[in-house]
Amino acid sequence: MSAWIPGDSGACSVGADDVARAIAAEAEARGLPADFHRNGSRGLYWLEPMVEVDTAGGRVAYGPVTPADVPGLFDAAFLEGGAHPLRLGLVADIPEFARQDRVTFRRSGLIEPLSIDQYRAEGGFAGLEAALAMTPAAIIEAVTASGLRGRGGAGFPAGLKWQTVLDQPAGPKYIVCNADEGDSGTFADRMLMEGDPFSILEGMTIAGLATGAAEGYLYIRSEYPAAALAMADAIQLLQDAGYLGRSVMGSGRAFDVQVRIGAGAYICGEETALLESLEGKKGVIRPRPPLPAVQGLFGRPTVVNNTLTLATVPAILAGGADAYAAHGVGRSRGTSVMQLAGNVKRPGLFEVPFGVTLDELVNGCGGGTASGRPLRAVQVGGPLGAYFPASMLDTPIDYEAVSERGGMLGHGGVVVFDDTVDMARQARFAMEFCAIESCGKCTPCRIGSTRGVEVIDRIIANEERTMNFALLDDLLEVMRDGSLCGLGGLTPLPVSSALRHFPEDFARTARHEGVTP
Amino acid sequence: MDKATVGFAPWDAAAAATMIAEMQDLPGACLPILHRLQGEFGYIHDEAVPLIAGALALSLAEVVGVIEFYSDFRRTPPAVHQVQVCLAESCQAVGSAALAERLTEVLGTEIGGRSADGRFDLRPVYCLGNCACSPALMIDGLLYGRVTPDRAPQLLAEVWP
Repeated sequence: MSAWIPGDSGACSVGADDVARAIAAEAEARGLPADFHRNGSRGLYWLEPMVEVDTAGGRVAYGPVTPADVPGLFDAAFLEGGAHPLRLGLVADIPEFARQDRVTFRRSGLIEPLSIDQYRAEGGFAGLEAALAMTPAAIIEAVTASGLRGRGGAGFPAGLKWQTVLDQPAGPKYIVCNADEGDSGTFADRMLMEGDPFSILEGMTIAGLATGAAEGYLYIRSEYPAAALAMADAIQLLQDAGYLGRSVMGSGRAFDVQVRIGAGAYICGEETALLESLEGKKGVIRPRPPLPAVQGLFGRPTVVNNTLTLATVPAILAGGADAYAAHGVGRSRGTSVMQLAGNVKRPGLFEVPFGVTLDELVNGCGGGTASGRPLRAVQVGGPLGAYFPASMLDTPIDYEAVSERGGMLGHGGVVVFDDTVDMARQARFAMEFCAIESCGKCTPCRIGSTRGVEVIDRIIANEERTMNFALLDDLLEVMRDGSLCGLGGLTPLPVSSALRHFPEDFARTARHEGVTP
Repeated sequence: MDKATVGFAPWDAAAAATMIAEMQDLPGACLPILHRLQGEFGYIHDEAVPLIAGALALSLAEVVGVIEFYSDFRRTPPAVHQVQVCLAESCQAVGSAALAERLTEVLGTEIGGRSADGRFDLRPVYCLGNCACSPALMIDGLLYGRVTPDRAPQLLAEVWP
């Protein structure tokens, strides 16, 4: 008999550790022999803490479990899958799980994150083994053919970036994994680092083999202490087992990884600011060109990829580029790791093929608002993403479709708001956030964000509305076109979408005088 | 994850110099050194600045610039407990404003300030990656989810010695 209780920090934030202790104590008191494992999370957070047990038919889940439920679960013989009000049935049959297409997250919640044996048994290192038998050009060809694009937000084709690094003259090159997951509403990188850390390291190693890089850096934000511990342990285990180091799996080819921790600066999620930070400097962005692929870390050719991008690579090499590209639509191939949060009944992580609509995600998987009030807005793509009204939930989740509707998919976060939201306040917050997090390098972002807060405040206070709307319009254009990076350049998105779709919230006592955002 | 242990060593320039010497050859050593010193002493003492600058061949201004740029680094001793309340969008959508207000009442300080009894620093944070369990709070490195305003005083009481 064995039970699985998530050790994921999100699950623990709602009591998974307490449940694990209660289960162990109860089993001991009853003299029941059982194995207890700490797995990652499946991402079905409304069911956390979700306890799973092995049965002949597969994993059966119970949740959300509190310590007080534990004696009753033992009375119901839950370790053998017994009937209980909290019994959810087979994990594979939970509707919100069954409708997913898990590639990047196939092992998260399934295995103990730091078990090399379990990782191997579930297909781990098959991609690396395949890559070791391929030329760099063939690896890159497979990644390109899969259609994999950067999951951090920019959506740049991963194969093309790798090719650029491969094409640079020999010498030190670097693989940098961007795990500075600062976008509010997103938590996929954290879940994967805690739930399946080897997949990230395997992906980084394959990137190293493909581009001729022997060193990798994993940059993790300081707000993720549990993820940083998991990754440090994972690196040590792979070094000890010969998967990382001077001779990767006995191939004679070197690759190793070190963890670096951020220090509370959102801008370091931007790749050039991240490189500055890795070099020990202020996280101030660099103008491009030169691209990091040509002159990146310490002035050397560098692949900077998001955690999810790198962690998806092993599955592509193991299962074939065609199998991955078979998911998805148009130029958005494969699966999209969507993270649903905010005022939603069933928040969590849902890995779905590109092309699924926002409605299927928010209402189908998410079950609508948690408050039961009407849904008013969803913010797609983090703090720099657009606010969409309920009428636009028919938008398909794919890079181009979201962009055509005036938004951006970003890192896949979707935050739901009910009808109590004040969109003028949300627009003001977008400017305020930009002012707090601006690195200060360029004027449109550094000064524009502060002026933006002031102008929106004046609009809310009904001061000289016509003039201030025109001023805001102008300011948004300057920030969008004149900023050096996405922080200043995209902050206009949430602001202008709020103005466009929710003008009534800016009206207050005076009548809205019309603005063309 | 066990509760983070709280408590720092008093400033010790010789110990700091040893730590810096151990780490100064790391590529891009400045942030790792600052993390180590802050982890040991709770903050970056002014006397650490010339030690770091000397070891890394940086100017004093460059080192101070790095310390000041990152919101995590402190130049004065912290309170015993660090409370970080998430004020980003997902938590906003489910009432983080009410949670933040309750915390300011209980601790007797504004967001960004120190509690009246000097034991708690109340800091804003823009996303803890626990958005599916919003509203979220971090106390001394330990994450809490679905934190209603009424539950906040109880959580603080748990860490109150």
